[in-house]
Amino acid sequence: MSTAIAPPHDVPAEPRVNYLNASYGIKSWLLTVDHKRIGILYLISITFMFMIGGFAASLMRIHLLEPQGALVQPETYNRLFSIHGIVMVFFFLVPSIPATLGNFLIPIMIGARDVAFPKLNLMSWYIFITGSCFVLYAILSGGVDTGWTFYAPYSSTFAHTSVIAAALGIFIAGFSSILTGLNFVVTIHKMRAPGMTWFRLPLFIWSMYATSIIFILGTPVIAITLFLLGLERILHVGIFDPAIGGDPLLFQHLFWFYSHPAVYIMILPGMGVVSELIAAFSRKRIFGYAFVAFSSMAIAVISFLVWGHHMFVTGQSVYAGLIFSVLSFLVAIPSAVKVFNWTATLYKGSISYQAPMLYALGFIGLFTMGGLTGLFLASLAEDVHLNGTYFIVAHFHYVMVGGAVMAYLGGIHYWWPKITGRMYPDVWARIAATIVFVGFNLTFFPQFVLGYLGMPRRYAVYPAEFQVLNVMSSAGASILAIGYAIPLIYLIWSLKYGPIAGPNPWGAKGLEWTIPSPPPTENFEVMPIVTEEAYNYHE
Amino acid sequence: MNDMAAHGAVHDAHPPGFAHQFEDVQQQRDAGRLGMWVFLATEILFFGGMFTSYTIYRSLHLSAFITGSHLLVVKFGAINTAVLICSSLTMALAIRSAQTGKSKNTIIFWLILTMILGATFVGLKLRFEWYRDYIEQIVPGINFVPHASWGADAGQVEMFMCFYFFMTGLHALHMVIGLGILSVLVWMTAKGRFSPEYNAPLEISGLYWHFVDIVWIFLFPLLYLIGGRYPGS
Repeated sequence: MSTAIAPPHDVPAEPRVNYLNASYGIKSWLLTVDHKRIGILYLISITFMFMIGGFAASLMRIHLLEPQGALVQPETYNRLFSIHGIVMVFFFLVPSIPATLGNFLIPIMIGARDVAFPKLNLMSWYIFITGSCFVLYAILSGGVDTGWTFYAPYSSTFAHTSVIAAALGIFIAGFSSILTGLNFVVTIHKMRAPGMTWFRLPLFIWSMYATSIIFILGTPVIAITLFLLGLERILHVGIFDPAIGGDPLLFQHLFWFYSHPAVYIMILPGMGVVSELIAAFSRKRIFGYAFVAFSSMAIAVISFLVWGHHMFVTGQSVYAGLIFSVLSFLVAIPSAVKVFNWTATLYKGSISYQAPMLYALGFIGLFTMGGLTGLFLASLAEDVHLNGTYFIVAHFHYVMVGGAVMAYLGGIHYWWPKITGRMYPDVWARIAATIVFVGFNLTFFPQFVLGYLGMPRRYAVYPAEFQVLNVMSSAGASILAIGYAIPLIYLIWSLKYGPIAGPNPWGAKGLEWTIPSPPPTENFEVMPIVTEEAYNYHE
Repeated sequence: MNDMAAHGAVHDAHPPGFAHQFEDVQQQRDAGRLGMWVFLATEILFFGGMFTSYTIYRSLHLSAFITGSHLLVVKFGAINTAVLICSSLTMALAIRSAQTGKSKNTIIFWLILTMILGATFVGLKLRFEWYRDYIEQIVPGINFVPHASWGADAGQVEMFMCFYFFMTGLHALHMVIGLGILSVLVWMTAKGRFSPEYNAPLEISGLYWHFVDIVWIFLFPLLYLIGGRYPGS
């Protein structure tokens, strides 16, 4: 095994049929059933949604430069944070890694020609696009001001905004998640190449499997909840309306029954990506492979039992609170197992600091902070102080942005040569990764302090003594925006001008690196037979 | 798409329904079967949200739910239960006929009979239950007038009727989708697609159809039979 990691520049560019040049024209993309092309369709769609959500966030951070608000009316501010949350959670983070990298990589990593149901896969994308259109319509027709949580009875009775369109959009996009999860579970169970046993699977596959389980079992519950909410709003009948004996807390229970596991939909794929990156760039098999694999499954299972920790201060029974608190602490165990095992993998590894590895290392640090602050919120008494403050905002942004988005970017950089056949400029990539890390911390660390000092979330104005920290946060946000813009530029640039990558620019293990870049439409010219464990860097 | 052609050449012994991404028919059948079971797991959680809400509110407002339940027509609920159970039998017979290599006409006969029973269910539900409910003014949000005798329970009776319409409505929607699937199956059978070796679409559609029946088996007692309708029994 060669240890040189620098991309070979002398690979001859021989014309070859691959999935990108096998056919041309817009129709060949919109009607494709190739999992690789569908992954790219998702990549383009969610990048667009990310920009919308990011634009809303930028306006909020500009607004919060001044205590009385610098930019918009309070009503507009409510719409901004709602749209930011809805778009980022349901239309970027949930589909991010599974729908792009998952679609592209799962069949290749397990040695299959495609997912089990390719047409269903394309249909999932169209369903996602339909859902996105409803949400875009909701934004253009006046916005939503309920927050991404749609709490009843405000959303069902009092809000005068486009609640129906937004809820319908999420309802529809949910079926895209369900069908993607279904496709992945069946693919991983039934389509593995000969010799690809469960414990030879890359850890990315294990994490996608765990994620798919949550897609399948969680998403239908949010669908039915939003369906009930919509009916209550349209027909003015009571399900959650306390005026006729309905219970708004039931809405919260049903909502968080999905939306807490959804947090793990967002982070589990990131953990899978990081496992791949850490192994590849420290040239070692992941320490405690089986523990890391099973911790993904443990997180998926426990995730369904902790939703009540979002409701400690809503008046649910104190005993329910106690149990939810204990169960929430349990999630820390499999999460910590992963962090310790990644760290142990680094020990005595031949580490190289390519851009994907920088993102992976950033992930470990930021996810650890996000996870540990989650324990503050899981303890009953502490949560009373911190609930509804910027501390929570900072906590979940450390997990969702510092964790999930860092891993997503790391994964995109790692597999970009495989997806496009081209390398990007490594220097720029390292600079961008550093800028993202710095900008992220400057944006969200002050928010921990703000929250601890008592600044509530979702307010358009704040007391003057919080201004310094808010300005720091807004300054960080602008740095973060630059950090996100740079990869967008050089990745697009690389499509035409990047050096040819060759099949395995990182010298990494895994079936995806045994085939040409970009892969041929059928993935494998000869169906592979797997004879070794994953991450076999020691041979 | 020359790769597909290549695979087609390799697998040309396979029946018409064979898809290129699979190694053999057995793998395709297993994948289809697992896919449908996974889908049904999703469906259980989908209905589960409603069953949970129903259970919570029923425990909170039992007397109003009993009053509401007594507004429903047990007779047609019971007839429909029998109709659906029969349709599950005919569906199973259709699959069995395909597996044992019976003629196309036999398979189509059982499929059509299943469709007739399914349509009977939906028809009875529309004509003798929902339409009657509308006349009786017990359709929340559209035509609902509380009876004086309900007193303070009126709001919760309306809530029960909400659940009744949401749950049976969602179930009926699944029935209509099932009828659509069955008509596709009839068309595929007529085209001669199915054989003892290849009948996976029949089999997995059957799973769906049985699932929809089972949902009704839970809905019927929960909605129609609560609170002891017949005093003294």
